[in-house]
Amino acid sequence: MKTTTYDTVQVGDELPALQLPPVDRATLALFAGASGDHNPIHIDTDVARRAGMPDVFAQGMLGMAWLGRLLTGWAPQSRLRRFDVRFQGITQLGNAVRCSGRVVEKIDRDGERCVRIALHSANQFGQTKIVGEALVALP
Amino acid sequence: MIDKKWIGHELPASVLPIERSRLQFFAKAIGETDPVYTDAAAARDAGYPDLPAPPTFLFAAELDSGAVDRLLEELQIPIARLLHGEQSFNYHGTACVGDTVTVRSTISDIYDKKNGALEFVVKTSRASNQRGETVADLRTVLVCRH
Repeated sequence: MKTTTYDTVQVGDELPALQLPPVDRATLALFAGASGDHNPIHIDTDVARRAGMPDVFAQGMLGMAWLGRLLTGWAPQSRLRRFDVRFQGITQLGNAVRCSGRVVEKIDRDGERCVRIALHSANQFGQTKIVGEALVALP
Repeated sequence: MIDKKWIGHELPASVLPIERSRLQFFAKAIGETDPVYTDAAAARDAGYPDLPAPPTFLFAAELDSGAVDRLLEELQIPIARLLHGEQSFNYHGTACVGDTVTVRSTISDIYDKKNGALEFVVKTSRASNQRGETVADLRTVLVCRH
């Protein structure tokens, strides 16, 4: 992997986007077990319907974990300083989520050269699922 | 309405041992293919003592321990009405296999919008390792929809 450095990064640069396959029930079941989020609304259709939802839907933290993959695929995790998101829409079964990020600022924080990255994820219909921001220190 | 007396409430500490098989399972669940997250040799080559816990993994601590379930019970938030509104991580280090992370949380705010149609609970947490070093600060906004 080519090392990303502070001097070579420009405001406006896009991180290589991360395209996920459509969400299926198996993914939700695996994430429930791996993440410790056993809320049945994500894995049991009967429970989801009783709660007024059309079907099970993705855990918010699964979408955040995908954005985490976008970040750690671009710069090593040891350089990640902050990672903040707002969950804006429910990710339904069949949604194919695309994670994207863009450098919006080069800043000095506590004597460390960092870039601020605007984060976004959306499904194949362009509906936003998560917006957020990350701070990454670069050599 | 969620009783505002819970502002300032401290949750019991949650202890999360960082285990290899759990991290490999988590990597599979999120589709992570970077060997740094599944292969100890690749992790060491990247400068970590062992597999690193991915950026959002520490959220598991209070789910595993039952602290979140207990909080929802105490605040009388039915799980069917619960949404995750916001999540933040402020990192000071990386937890790796072999570390034991302890998460301690406080309810820092409770407020509502739209005349109580939406209620918000803000939880702030500190995750520290077995040496007492802070690994990350977390902030969670839970939403109860009525």
